[in-house]
Amino acid sequence: MSVLNIKDLTVEFPGRKSVFVAVDDVTMSVEAGKVLGVVGESGAGKSTVGNAVIGLLQEPGQIAAGEIFLHGNRIDNLPYKEKRLLRGRKIGMIFQDPLTSLDPLQTVESQLVETIRTHLPLSAKQAQNRAIELIDAVGIPDPAERIKQYPHQFSGGMRQRVVIALALCAEPELVIADEPTTALDVSIQAQILELMKKLCEERNVAMLVITHDMGVIADITDHVAVMYHGDLVEYGETEQVLGAPQHPYTQSLISAVPRPDIKVERFPVVNYIEKAGTPQKHIDISTHWLGKSRDYEKVTGPLVQIKDLDMRFEVRGSIFPSQRKYFQAVKKVSFNIEQGETFGLVGESGSGKSTIARLITGLYHPTGGSILFGKTELTSLKNRKDVLAMRRQMQMIFQDPYSSLNARMRVRDIIAEPIKFHKLASSNAEVRQIVDDLLDHVGLGAQSGQKFPHEFSGGQRQRISIARALATRPRFLICDEPTSALDVSIQAQILNLLKDLQEELGLTMLFISHDLAVIRQMCNRIGVMRNGELCEVSECDELFEHPKHPYTRELLDLMPSLELLSRANLDTVE
Amino acid sequence: MIGFATRRLIQAMIVMLVVALLAFTMFRFVGDPINQMVGIETSIEEREALRERLGLNDPIPVQFLRFVTKAAQFDFGTSYQFRVPVSELFAKRIPATLELSFTSALFALVVGIPMGIYAGLNRESAISKMFLSVSLIGISLPTFFIGILLIFLFSVTLQWLPSFGRGETVQIGSWWTTGFLTISGLKALILPSITLGLYQMTLIMRLIRAEMLEVIRTDYIKFARARGLPDRLVHFKHALKNTLVPVITITGLQLGAIIAFATITETVFNWPGMGLMFLQAVQNVDIPIMSAYLLLTAFLFVAINFIVDILYFFIDPRLRVGRP
Repeated sequence: MSVLNIKDLTVEFPGRKSVFVAVDDVTMSVEAGKVLGVVGESGAGKSTVGNAVIGLLQEPGQIAAGEIFLHGNRIDNLPYKEKRLLRGRKIGMIFQDPLTSLDPLQTVESQLVETIRTHLPLSAKQAQNRAIELIDAVGIPDPAERIKQYPHQFSGGMRQRVVIALALCAEPELVIADEPTTALDVSIQAQILELMKKLCEERNVAMLVITHDMGVIADITDHVAVMYHGDLVEYGETEQVLGAPQHPYTQSLISAVPRPDIKVERFPVVNYIEKAGTPQKHIDISTHWLGKSRDYEKVTGPLVQIKDLDMRFEVRGSIFPSQRKYFQAVKKVSFNIEQGETFGLVGESGSGKSTIARLITGLYHPTGGSILFGKTELTSLKNRKDVLAMRRQMQMIFQDPYSSLNARMRVRDIIAEPIKFHKLASSNAEVRQIVDDLLDHVGLGAQSGQKFPHEFSGGQRQRISIARALATRPRFLICDEPTSALDVSIQAQILNLLKDLQEELGLTMLFISHDLAVIRQMCNRIGVMRNGELCEVSECDELFEHPKHPYTRELLDLMPSLELLSRANLDTVE
Repeated sequence: MIGFATRRLIQAMIVMLVVALLAFTMFRFVGDPINQMVGIETSIEEREALRERLGLNDPIPVQFLRFVTKAAQFDFGTSYQFRVPVSELFAKRIPATLELSFTSALFALVVGIPMGIYAGLNRESAISKMFLSVSLIGISLPTFFIGILLIFLFSVTLQWLPSFGRGETVQIGSWWTTGFLTISGLKALILPSITLGLYQMTLIMRLIRAEMLEVIRTDYIKFARARGLPDRLVHFKHALKNTLVPVITITGLQLGAIIAFATITETVFNWPGMGLMFLQAVQNVDIPIMSAYLLLTAFLFVAINFIVDILYFFIDPRLRVGRP
């Protein structure tokens, strides 16, 4: 018999004007020792399913119809107190961000013991022993020592292990994991997924994994449910659904996942979802302002030459130099970026890739080494006029489209600001015209100019960021994880847009990402970074097929295998 | 932690020295001290002799050093009006002010914190909304007006509580007098401490409410609920403790403000504390009292802030231990 049975579940969020149906008539079930994956893009209602099961729907959400059974007992209509007793005892939950899921002011032990003693009739001493056993079981070394520590003393991966221990501490029958590895590095992700799979089998726990990541689904689930706008569009065995998807949404979703195995010219775009945002008006780049008068000095050879770049941050200051402590974020890094190429930097968090981007743009000043842009040495620029001239030639696109746009400015003013600042246009009318053209060109349409950033989705905001970056007519574009906050289908659109722009404007790009598959699709040459050092630089295909550095091999091995995914429909979608 | 405490202590000393400099300049620039001390019939030679004896002809740094050394030993000179050492005057007045301030702070915390928690947890309830509207009055009415209103209601109309003074006091030790031990003393405390503490109470309530609303939305509260913890643990062990850091900062500052600015309340209720003495000193240009009051107030602020900084260490473990 299945542990969890969801029957015809409908969840509604009544609003002032209309009722928003977040989950519409969804039916699924999980058996003991098995993993069910719920996959979909943001807004698909997958997290709402998990919250409905554990009884933590956000206000004013409510279960409008349907039933939820745990071991055959109906649980969705229980009174508050009984529902609370199910949480933790019968149903455990794991959240996305391990950095924020633990109370920062309580020791790990205190949080474990309170949970254990809430659910099980144990003495403080017994509960403590059980807590140590659990911490040991989730693979944290020195459990008796570590348990006395506070969450901030653990790394992200270790904290997620603590969260898993907390979810398991009263032997629940069902564990709901909501994006359990999204906030983690790829190597940690692999470990956590393995741990979850192992615990699920050992303890015969049913697991519901909610994720947007096809790699996670392919890695650990037995069954998968694909959701789209609150509907369950496809449901079946993982191999079946990923290998031979029936529903057009599943097909296009799978095709939009960047391929790590071979390089394709363009990303297959998911036609099914958001309209791709095609240019509403064709602009002839060769005659337009954007392509015209690119009065930069001619450069022969590489555009950017970085040599022995060093950056260290003071971690502990002191008046005595011997007492100061430093963190070496970038160590003796050297590489060149050729004109017109896309250079990729890949590595895990903290490897120093974003620091390099900030050093090049001048947001940080390096502690050593040189950065040559064309013929200009950036580290020795003193004159404000020279600095501005350099900044105009290079622009940056940031990771988070929600915080990188000023929420109080209209889109038109956001894009016009750099043009006016660098005095690139003669009149306000011209600026206005350029902004309209830019908006058209990135696929938003000139009429979006009068809206505010919050009226746009994540993907559309990233288009605004791109338009803003183009507004100074740069020749060098730095993209720092431009799509890691976006859904795969939107990611494909944005990456295609970047490729097109590069081709039209002859841009040189530095592309930073932790996602090897994306890097493979975007870059000509790739540098692999770890702990501030550049491990290896090689041609794109060469790196993937014949990695030289052991760390590169390790990274490649950790990539979730996507062999299950059907690629048969690639040609048809394109 | 010791390094941190030492740094803060050094900063505190610098602040005190700057305040001492201000207090010192008062002597030099607010009139001639000799004129304040002697009568009209004193001859010029006698004045010069007095000037020499008091060291007023020494270079200014030497005078300042002497001032600081004496102040550090609680020697603030002699009051011009009363002809007694200032420290003695303060010793008589300090218990009254400290007892009043302590009671108001207690009132503000004991009433403000539970109201804040309730309003934070039950955001939509009618009682929370009432708390908020009433607290708006507490913030917007000036202290003296509230005091007069309370006197009118409880002393004049209802005649329940006294309208001025400390009531009967009991001597403890050589110089501390307390109103806590007699019924009339306690009754006399009620109105002034409510008047003084009302603003702080409102502030604390609103602060706790805002912080609670913030913390309740965090992931760790959601996770605590998902672990099935009872509401009592979620609200008080997890949520409340996480709201405390900003609350302690503000409470510390406000406690300093209560002590330092009790002046108005003390005047309204004719409370025999430091504030009242200070006002009289201003009227009579009694510079030694004014400068001692300035130093004392600054010292209380600095001391309270120092304690608050140390308290952070006990509340927030992230400050206590370094990262791995």
